[in-house]
Amino acid sequence: MSVRHALLALVSEGPKYGLQLRQEFEERTGEVWPLNVGQVYQTLQRLERDGLVESDDEVADGPQKLFRITPDGQAELGSWLRTPPDLSSPPRDDLVIKVLIAIRLPGIDVRDVIQTHRRYLVELMQQWTRVKADAAPDDVSLALVVDAELYRLDSVIRWLDAADGRLRRTGLVPIGEPTGEPATAPTIEPAKPTPGPVAARRRAGVRR
Amino acid sequence: MNSTLELRDVTKVYGSGATEVHALRSIDLTVAPGELVAVMGPSGSGKSTLLTIAGSLEEPSSGEVIVGGEALSTLSRNERARLRRRVIGYVFQDFNLLAGLTASENVSLPLELDGTSPKAARVAGTAALDALGLADRADSYPDELSGGERQRVAIARAVVGERRLLLADEPSGALDSANGEAVMRIIRTTCQRGVAGVVVTHDAQLASWADRVVFLRDGRVVDQTVPPPGPESLLEPDPVS
Repeated sequence: MSVRHALLALVSEGPKYGLQLRQEFEERTGEVWPLNVGQVYQTLQRLERDGLVESDDEVADGPQKLFRITPDGQAELGSWLRTPPDLSSPPRDDLVIKVLIAIRLPGIDVRDVIQTHRRYLVELMQQWTRVKADAAPDDVSLALVVDAELYRLDSVIRWLDAADGRLRRTGLVPIGEPTGEPATAPTIEPAKPTPGPVAARRRAGVRR
Repeated sequence: MNSTLELRDVTKVYGSGATEVHALRSIDLTVAPGELVAVMGPSGSGKSTLLTIAGSLEEPSSGEVIVGGEALSTLSRNERARLRRRVIGYVFQDFNLLAGLTASENVSLPLELDGTSPKAARVAGTAALDALGLADRADSYPDELSGGERQRVAIARAVVGERRLLLADEPSGALDSANGEAVMRIIRTTCQRGVAGVVVTHDAQLASWADRVVFLRDGRVVDQTVPPPGPESLLEPDPVS
């Protein structure tokens, strides 16, 4: 997450004060990324040092100082928006490695390892979905942030499902007769009341 | 226990001998009023069989199904049919609307079949459509509706009257993501009014609308989500740079 470029984008809309930038940053990011005032002013100083924003020299540093974007800042912003982020594969994916190791390890049922991770991911998705369900209909920023998390987690679950299916087809795990008790013996009773959206929002670090 | 649906040690076996297939094995599942449960599992895990048995469309090979406090095995054929008309609502992936009837007629049909007067059934049907934002589509035929609208009509039909159990099989499988989300919001809202809901799906995004997710594998319940869900660490705000 680039605070530097997010602030540059906000300043590109017109001259703004530091506190105003902080408030608008949080609103635009669905209030998921809280930002302290120190970070705002520190980032603005660096942007000014690099010639990307400018302020009135006669006004001392502080809330009265108004920042505006420079032509170099506009160019930098345009370039940043169109530069793809680094989405190349990480050097190692812990979840993939765990499944790879579990396949060959004696005494370990890889299906139970996969299921443990699947459940954890679904629980995270439930949390995010509650945040979305509770969000105001016009809170587009929050909905976009939550969707991004949901699609990211969903893609990992899809990989787990695909791995599960592939292992069955290749005979590395048995099909049909369960080999024994699942790793986590389930108790199938009605769940306790699920935490309300407010609690989920708080746990998710999302502030109103 | 105060539950709308209870499956006790339910097993379903198709065929016999060499062709015997265990679709469900010793399933125990309880769904309380107002609770939405999602059942997840791969193809062939027994999800749809679980739903048809819960809805009295099929009988288990052994075990007991209790709906609204009534054990299905103690009911006559006619009593089970009445239970299906009055208490249980179904939503299918392909909507299953009758093409020759309008949206309103599709929704009020279950009530009319159950002996409600056509006028009263029409009033209840219109109210159900209205609750799902379809009042202005009441006189449209299914082929005049979008996929999302058709599924909302199907949900209205499933909850019209005094239904207490909503069973949905991949209810947004044929819809795009926006309509799929809208359908799950409606199902969730319906359950919050006190209806017990069971949604079977292989889609984690749909399942995440549920209060509880139960995982099936090879006809057996192997796991379920536990509230409060998940460690908080991954959801803490990222340190910003």
